[in-house]
Amino acid sequence: VKTNNIFGKGLLSLLSTDDIDEDVWDEIEETLLLADLGTDASMELVDNLRDRVTIEGSKDPAAVKQMLREELIKLIDPTLDRSLDDDRLGTDPSVMMVVGVNGVGKTTTVGKLARVLVAEDKDVILGAADTFRAAAAEQLTTWGARIGVPTVRSDVEGADPASVAFDAVAAGVENEVDVVLVDTAGRLQNKAGLMDELGKIKRVIEKKAPVREVLLVIDATTGQNGLSQAKVFSEAVNVTGIVLTKLDGTAKGGIVVAIQRQLGVPVKLIGLGEGADDLAPFETEAFVEALLAE
Amino acid sequence: MFNSLSDRLTATFKNLRGKGRLSEADIDGTAREIRRALLDADVAVPVVRQFIAAVKERALGEDLSKALNPAQQVVKIVNEELVNILGGKTRNLEFAKTPPTVIMLAGLQGAGKTTLAGKLSKWLKDQGHTPLLVACDLQRPNAVTQLQVNGQRAGVPVFAPHPGVQSEHEEATGDPVKVALDGVAEAKQKLHDVVIIDTAGRLGVDEVLMTQARDIRNAVQADEVLFVIDAMIGQDAVTTAQAFNEGVNFTGVVLTKLDGDARGGAALSVASVTGKPVMFSSTGEGLKDFEVFHPDRMASRILDMGDVLTLIEQA
Ligand SMILES: Nc1nc2c(ncn2[C@@H]2O[C@H](COP(=O)(O)OP(=O)(O)OP(=O)(O)O)[C@@H](O)[C@H]2O)c(=O)[nH]1
Ligand SMILES: Nc1nc2c(ncn2[C@@H]2O[C@H](COP(=O)(O)OP(=O)(O)OP(=O)(O)O)[C@@H](O)[C@H]2O)c(=O)[nH]1
Ligand SMILES: [Mg+2]
Ligand SMILES: [Mg+2]
Repeated sequence: VKTNNIFGKGLLSLLSTDDIDEDVWDEIEETLLLADLGTDASMELVDNLRDRVTIEGSKDPAAVKQMLREELIKLIDPTLDRSLDDDRLGTDPSVMMVVGVNGVGKTTTVGKLARVLVAEDKDVILGAADTFRAAAAEQLTTWGARIGVPTVRSDVEGADPASVAFDAVAAGVENEVDVVLVDTAGRLQNKAGLMDELGKIKRVIEKKAPVREVLLVIDATTGQNGLSQAKVFSEAVNVTGIVLTKLDGTAKGGIVVAIQRQLGVPVKLIGLGEGADDLAPFETEAFVEALLAE
Repeated sequence: MFNSLSDRLTATFKNLRGKGRLSEADIDGTAREIRRALLDADVAVPVVRQFIAAVKERALGEDLSKALNPAQQVVKIVNEELVNILGGKTRNLEFAKTPPTVIMLAGLQGAGKTTLAGKLSKWLKDQGHTPLLVACDLQRPNAVTQLQVNGQRAGVPVFAPHPGVQSEHEEATGDPVKVALDGVAEAKQKLHDVVIIDTAGRLGVDEVLMTQARDIRNAVQADEVLFVIDAMIGQDAVTTAQAFNEGVNFTGVVLTKLDGDARGGAALSVASVTGKPVMFSSTGEGLKDFEVFHPDRMASRILDMGDVLTLIEQA
C-alpha cells in the first residue's frame, strides 16, 4: 500500500539545508501539524528540538534528523506495555470490550482480533452488544462465521446491550473459552446517556467476570477530537489500550501521540485494511519511521 | 496557557484596547491566535496559511470602521471570510429534467454514507418525492442488510438484487456497477423520481476502488455525487477530498457526525480546496438527524465564534 508522506518528505528535505533559520523551524512545526500531532505536541516538540540544537551546538542535518527521530520516539514512549491480557485466569476467560465513536472500525477490529487469537489456538466467543445500529449484529455474526467462532447476539432489535454482553460472557465462562470479545455500539463521547450505558455494560459484565481489556478504537483520520474521545472514554470505562485503524490510508494517526502523552494509554494494535488479516501490533519505531519516511 | 480562542483573544484585546489604529504587529498577534484556533479546529495547514494571509491583507487594506475597534475589526473580517468560503456557493439538490434524478454517495469507510442514504430518502419522501435506494456496497459485511433496514425504517423501497457479503456469502462477489445500472432501470420502470446509490467505503489511495466508483458514476450518469465526510477528520481532509474530487468529481459535500463536539475544520478545508459546496449536515444516528448546511453556524463552530462575537460586543 502506498502511503503519502508529506511529513517525511518535507521534513527531511528541510533538514538537509545547512542553516536552520526561523522559517525552517516554522516549517518543521507545520509538517508536524500535518501529521495531526496537534498544536501542543508539535510546538513542544519543536521547542525541545531547538533547545537540543542550541545546547549541543549541532547544525549537522543528519544529527538533527536523528534528534527529531529521538524526540518523536520519546513522545510516543517505547517503554509502555503494549501486550494484550488475553489468557484465562482461573475459571474466568479474558473479557475484552471494544469501544469508540461511530464508524471507526470496532466491529471489524473484533473480527480481525478474533482471527489473531484463533491463530494462537485460543477459543474465542464474540458478543454483539451493538443492538442499536442497523444490521450491526448481523455484521458481527458474518465476521464470526468468517473466523469460525460463535457469536452471541439477541434477535430482538434494540435489546438491552448489557444483557447481551452478560450472556456472551456467561457463555464464555460456561464453555471455558479463553477470550470473550464484546463489540459495542458506536457512540460520540459528548452523549452522556450513551457513555453511562457503556459504563453499565461493563458493570453488568463484571458480575460474571472481570473486564481485562477495554480497547478504544481510533480512526487514523481523526483530528484533534481524538484526544477528547480518549479522555471521556477513559473516564467512563478505563481504557487499557488504543487500536489505531485505517492506517492503510494517507492519514498518519498523529493524534495518538497526544493521547499517549496526556493519558498514558498505549496504542496496542493497528488496523491496515478491511480484511481479516489486516491487524498488526503497534511498534513505536516503525510508527515513527512511517512518519519520517520519504 | 489559554484554553479557548476567546481566552486568547481576550488577552490580545487587552493589549489593543485604546489604540486607534491597527499596526501590522497588532494584526500579527491576533492572526497568530486565530491560526492556532483554526489548527485546533482541524482546519488543514495549507488552508490555514492561505486563509490567514487573506485576512491579514484585508485587515491592512480595509478602511477601519468607526463603530468597531481595530481588533474587533479583524475578528469581523475573519468571520466574514469563513462564511464566504463555507457558504459562497451553497445550493440545493438539482433535479434532472427527465427523472429519475440519480444521486450517488461516496466517501471513506465509516463516514456515514449508508445512514445518510436512509435520511436523504426520508427527507425526499417527506417532500413528495418517490425515491428508490440502491444497494451497491457488496463488500462490507451486511452493508446490504443495513441499507435494507434503513429503507424499511424510512418507508422507502430498496433495490438489492445482490446480497453482498453475509454469513452465507462470506466473500465479495457481484458487480456494483451493474447493480447501479439495474437500479436506475428499475426506477424508470417503477416510476421512482429519485435514485439514491449507496456505495462501499474506499480510500483515496485505492486506485481499484476509486476507478470502480468512477465507473458507477459514469454508468448511471449521476446528477449529484455527494462526498460524505466525517466532521472529526483531521489534516487528511485535504488529501482525501482531492482524491475523491479527482476520482469521482463530486458535486457536493455532506458533513456527518456534527452532533459530536468536533469543531469541524474539515468543512473549511474541503470547501476551500475543492471549491465544492457543503450541502447537508448529518447530526445523529436517527433518520431525521439531517439538515441543510448552515455556513454561518459552521463558521461560529469552527472558531468558537459564538463567544468571540460576544467578545466583540463587550470590547
Ligand atoms: N481501510 C480500512 N478500512 C477499515 C479498517 N477497519 C475498518 N474499516 C472499514 O471501516 C468501516 C467501518 O468499520 P466498522 O467495523 O463497521 O466500524 P464500527 O466502529 O464498528 O462502526 P459502528 O459500529 O457503526 O460505530 C467498514 O467499511 C470497515 O470495512 C482499516 O483498518 N482500514
Ligand atoms: N452520531 C452520529 N453517528 C452517525 C452519523 N452518521 C452516521 N453515523 C453512524 O456512523 C456509523 C457509520 O455509518 P455508516 O452509515 O455505516 O457509514 P458508511 O459510510 O456507510 O460506512 P461504510 O459503508 O463501512 O464505508 C454508524 O454507527 C452510524 O450510525 C451522524 O451524523 N451522527
Ligand atoms: Mg460496529
Ligand atoms: Mg455503508
